[in-house]
Amino acid sequence: MSDFRAMFVGFPDFNVSENFFPDINLQEKLNWAEEFIQNVLIPRLPEAVAAHFPVELGTVLVMFACAGIFVGVVPLLPLFLVLAERKVAARFQNRTGPMRVGPWGTLQTLADGIKLIFKEDFIPPQGDKLLFLLAPYIIFACSFAVFAAIPFGQNILVSPFNIGIFYIMAISSVIVMGVIMAGWSSNSKWSLLGSLRSAAQIVSYEIPLGLSILTVVMLVESLNMQEIVASQSNGVFSWLIFRSPFTFIAFFIFFISSIAEVNRTPFDLPEAESEIVAGFHTEYSGMRFALFFIAEYANMFAVSAIAVTLFLGGWEGALPGYDILGGLPGFVIKTLALVFLMMWLRWTLPRLRVDQLMNLCWKYFIPIAFFNILGTGIWGLIFPEDTLVSTIISCAIIYIGLIVAYTIAGRTLAQKPEPQPS
Amino acid sequence: MESTQQTESKIIELKPFADEMVVNMGPQHPSTHGVLRLELKLDGEVVREAIPHIGYLHRCFEKHSENLSYPQIIPFTDRMDYVAAMNQNWGFCLAVEKLLAADESKEFEVPERAEYLRVLICELNRIASHLLSFGTYGMDIGAFTPFLYAFRDRERLLLLFEKVCGARLTYNYIRIGGVSEIIPLEPGSIAEQNFLDEIEEFLDYFEPLIDVYNELLTKNSIFAERTMRVAIMSAEMALSYGATGPNLRGSGVDWDLRRDEPYSIYDRFDFDVPVAVDVPELGAVVGDCWCRYKIRMDEMKQSVRIVRQILAEGLPGGPVMADLKAVRPPKGEIYFRSEAPRGELGFYIVSDGTPKPVRLKGRSPCFSALSALQELSRGLMVADIIAIIGSIDIVMGEVDR
Repeated sequence: MSDFRAMFVGFPDFNVSENFFPDINLQEKLNWAEEFIQNVLIPRLPEAVAAHFPVELGTVLVMFACAGIFVGVVPLLPLFLVLAERKVAARFQNRTGPMRVGPWGTLQTLADGIKLIFKEDFIPPQGDKLLFLLAPYIIFACSFAVFAAIPFGQNILVSPFNIGIFYIMAISSVIVMGVIMAGWSSNSKWSLLGSLRSAAQIVSYEIPLGLSILTVVMLVESLNMQEIVASQSNGVFSWLIFRSPFTFIAFFIFFISSIAEVNRTPFDLPEAESEIVAGFHTEYSGMRFALFFIAEYANMFAVSAIAVTLFLGGWEGALPGYDILGGLPGFVIKTLALVFLMMWLRWTLPRLRVDQLMNLCWKYFIPIAFFNILGTGIWGLIFPEDTLVSTIISCAIIYIGLIVAYTIAGRTLAQKPEPQPS
Repeated sequence: MESTQQTESKIIELKPFADEMVVNMGPQHPSTHGVLRLELKLDGEVVREAIPHIGYLHRCFEKHSENLSYPQIIPFTDRMDYVAAMNQNWGFCLAVEKLLAADESKEFEVPERAEYLRVLICELNRIASHLLSFGTYGMDIGAFTPFLYAFRDRERLLLLFEKVCGARLTYNYIRIGGVSEIIPLEPGSIAEQNFLDEIEEFLDYFEPLIDVYNELLTKNSIFAERTMRVAIMSAEMALSYGATGPNLRGSGVDWDLRRDEPYSIYDRFDFDVPVAVDVPELGAVVGDCWCRYKIRMDEMKQSVRIVRQILAEGLPGGPVMADLKAVRPPKGEIYFRSEAPRGELGFYIVSDGTPKPVRLKGRSPCFSALSALQELSRGLMVADIIAIIGSIDIVMGEVDR
C-alpha cells in the first residue's frame, strides 16, 4: 500500500521524525577527524611531540582545514566567472575585453577586487546602519551555503543531506531577505524600488522553480542530491531531462526561473541600470559592493550546478561505463556550458517590464509546471521503472514535440511579413 | 493666531494619495540622455505624473548670438544637437542664405558642388544620428550589445566626417554660401575619389546590417513587448504638441520637409518617406514607441538610397563657396525650417542690416517632442518612461540651447 502511494504521489517515503538529518552526525565526523589524527598524523610526528599532541584541538583544526578548502575554492569561482563574463561579452560585441592586467587581462578581476577593498566604505548617514551592514553578509553567506549540498563528484561533497534539494531551496530563499534589507536600509528610493522588485520577482519565480524540482523528485523518489545523480548513471538517455517529456519541459522552466532567481537579463529588473540606477546595491561601495558582486556570480554558478545535477546527469558521464562528461571535470564543463548560456542570453536580450515578468510567471510557467506534475504522476504510474521502453517512448515524444514546435514556429515566422511602414 | 495658521497649512498639505512617492529621475541618471530631470510621482511602480525639468544645459545660445557675426554663430549651432551637428549647421546657413537672398543687389548662388556635398554629408550625418538613437534605445530597454554595434558603425562615419572637416563631433563644416574648404577636396582628384570610394564601401557594409539590427532588436519579442502599444501618440496629439520628424511620422502623419517643402536639391533625388502603419502581425499600433523607433530604422535605408544616388551621379566640379564678400543681410526677418534627423529645425532671424542679428531663435524639435512626455507618461510604469524618452530621441543640448 505504501509503495503504491509513493509511486502515485511520487513523494519519497521517508519518516521525517526518524532520520531528518541522518548524515549530519557531528560525532561521526569528529570520529573521522580523530581517526585521521590518530592513524595518519601522529605516527609521522616525532615521539616527543606525539605524546603531547592535543588530539581534540587537532580534530577541530582538521575540520577547519577541510572547510577552508571548500570556503577557499568556491569564492575563486566568481573571480573566474567575472572575467569570463567580460570576455564573453567582449566577443559578442566585437571587442577584446580587459587586456592590460596580466596576460590577456586575466588578472583584471583581481585588480578590481584589490581596488574595491581599498575603497571608502560608505554608509548612508540617514539609513538604518545595522541592516545596511548586515545585508551583504546575509546574501553572501546564503549564496555560499548553497554549495554545501551540491555534489561535485562521487566523494566531493560537503554534506550528503537526505533533503539536499529542499535545503537548497530553503537557503536560497533567504537571499531575498538580504536584498530587502539592503534596499530598505539604504534610504534611497531607487534602492527601495529595486529591492521590492526583487522581492516580488524571487518570491514569484520560486513557485515554478520548486514545482519543476518536484517533477524530478517524483521520478527519483528522493530529495537527496547524490541519489538523484545516482539515478542518472546509465548514460545520456538516463539523464532526467530525457527521462520523461515532462521533465524535459521542467528543465526549461527550471532554467528560465533560475535566471530570474539570480536577477540576470532578461529578468534583471532589480538592478536595471537604465531604469533604477543600480537597484538595491546603489548605495553600497567598496568591499560590501564586492560581496554583492561575488554572491551574484556564485549564485549563477550554483543554479547552473543544480540544473546539471537535477537534469543533466550531475557528475555521471554521458555513456554508461565510460567517463565522458563525468566526474568533477564533466560536472564543471556541463555547469559552465549553462553559465555560458546565461551569459549569451544576457548579452543578446533586452529586459522585461515588471508586469510582463509577472505575467510570464503566473500565466505561463505556473500552469505549465502544475500540468507537468500531473503528467509526471501519470508517467510514473505507467512506467514505474526507468526501462529501455520508457526511455525510447520519452525520447520519441520529445523528438516529435520538438519537430512540431519547430514547424509551427517556422510557419508563424514565414507568415510574418517584414514590418514595413511605408 | 500663528499656530492656527500653521495647523491649517499642514492640513492643506495632506495629499489624497498617502503612499505617493516623489522620485527625481536625473539630472544624473543613466538613461535620461543627458541632463534631463524628471520629477516622478510614483504609486509603487506606476507613474502618476512625470514632470520634465529642463535647463541644466542652458548656454544662452540665442542671447550670445546677438553679439556675434553670422559666420561666428555656426560653431554654436554645432553644440545644439551635437549628435547631428552637420544638419544644425545646414539649417542655420539655409536661413541666413534665405535672408541674404532678399537683397537683390547682391546676388549669389550656392554652387552646385557645395549643394551635393551638403546633401551627401548631411544624409550620412542623419545615419550617424539615427544609429546613436538606435543603440541607446536598445540600451534603455536593457540590451547592451546593439549599443556597441551602433557605435562601431558610427565610428566609420565619424572618420569620414573627419576627412572633410577635421572634426568628429562639432564640425563647423557647412558655411554660409557653401561648405568649408579647410581640407580641400579638389574636383576629380584622387583624394575625392578615395573619399567617395570609402563612402561607397561603408554603404555596402552598412546596408545589410540594418536588416541584421532589425532581426536583433526590432523584431525581438521582448523588445516588441516593451515598446509596442506603449505611450501611443495620436496624430492629433502629435500635431498639437508640435512633434516633428520621426516622432510625427511615427504617429502616422505623412510629412517630411525634404519632400513637401524641398529645399536645396532634395527634389532631384528619389526617396520614400517612411510613415508608421499598424502592424497587426507584431502588435504595433501607430504612434507607439515601436513605430517611432522603426521610422528611424527605415529612414537610415532611405538615407543610404539618397547617398547612393549622389555617388552614382558623382560630385559636380566647380567651387564650393559662393562669392560672398561679407555676410551683411538686409533689414528684415526670416523663419526657415529644415528637416534635421530629430524633426523640423527652424531658425528665426531678425536683421537690422548690420553683420550681427538683432534676434535669433532656434526652434528645437526635441523641445516640442519632450513637452508631450508629461501627457504620454501618465499611468504608465517607470520602465515605460525610459522607453518613451528613448523613443522621442531627445538631445538635451538642443532642448536647452
